[in-house]
Amino acid sequence: MRARTVQPAASFEYFMWIFTRVSGIAMVSLAIIGLAGALWMGARLQMDLATLMRWTFFPNPNHVVNSNIPDVALGWATAFWQIMQMLIIFFAVTHAYNGLRVIVEDYLGSTFARPALRGLIFLLWLFSLIMAVYVILAS
Amino acid sequence: MGLSRRVGFYQGLKYKGRGPMLHWMLHRVTGLAILLFVGLHVTASFFMQQTGADFATAINIVYESWIFQIVVAFIVLFHALNGLRIALLDFWPKFQNHVDEHRAIWLQWAVFIPLYGMTVFFLVTRGMGGS
Repeated sequence: MRARTVQPAASFEYFMWIFTRVSGIAMVSLAIIGLAGALWMGARLQMDLATLMRWTFFPNPNHVVNSNIPDVALGWATAFWQIMQMLIIFFAVTHAYNGLRVIVEDYLGSTFARPALRGLIFLLWLFSLIMAVYVILAS
Repeated sequence: MGLSRRVGFYQGLKYKGRGPMLHWMLHRVTGLAILLFVGLHVTASFFMQQTGADFATAINIVYESWIFQIVVAFIVLFHALNGLRIALLDFWPKFQNHVDEHRAIWLQWAVFIPLYGMTVFFLVTRGMGGS
């Protein structure tokens, strides 16, 4: 059986379908970079596994305050990791709210609730992004 | 389009979609769980940082406990590996010439079980040890 080639219309839904997969792969890659970076910076001797996992999910200095790292500001709280955090936040928040939108719209017909909830999810997306960037820059 | 469905939860479970359908369901549930977990956690961290609110600290203390992280690790690891399987099959359909969709699921669990088992083992032993 040969796979059939179809060129889908360049719609919002198609773009988000691609984005969901690309951002998923990107988040796994960023997690691996975070994990490798932590181990490279000496996490094996300075952290327990729970702390290492928290850093892997989101490389924020507040995630490692309870570990044996003598000075978090050296290496752990740098611009590089702030950029990594912002990338993770952008991919994760967009991936998540798009997923929520897909699930919500699966169970809604063409009623008023649909555009209303779409708007609400858009606002939540924007609010979450702003709040997360604020937390990153303030930590 | 919203379809009118007259299907209950248990009837839905008995539908013979087998592995792919059950993983699709679990993918949705774990996705919503991650949204709830991370959303609450970011909100709690925001208030902890800005106002030092007690409820925010309480939420984050629960999140930092190793028992909670066993649950979170399952949810996140399942969602990540299942998502990678979906991305692999969607972006590289020829993979199914070698490994069909059911075998891909077994492959996914072959990766999941050692990774998650190791995580749980170390979380439990270190957690019991009090570190």
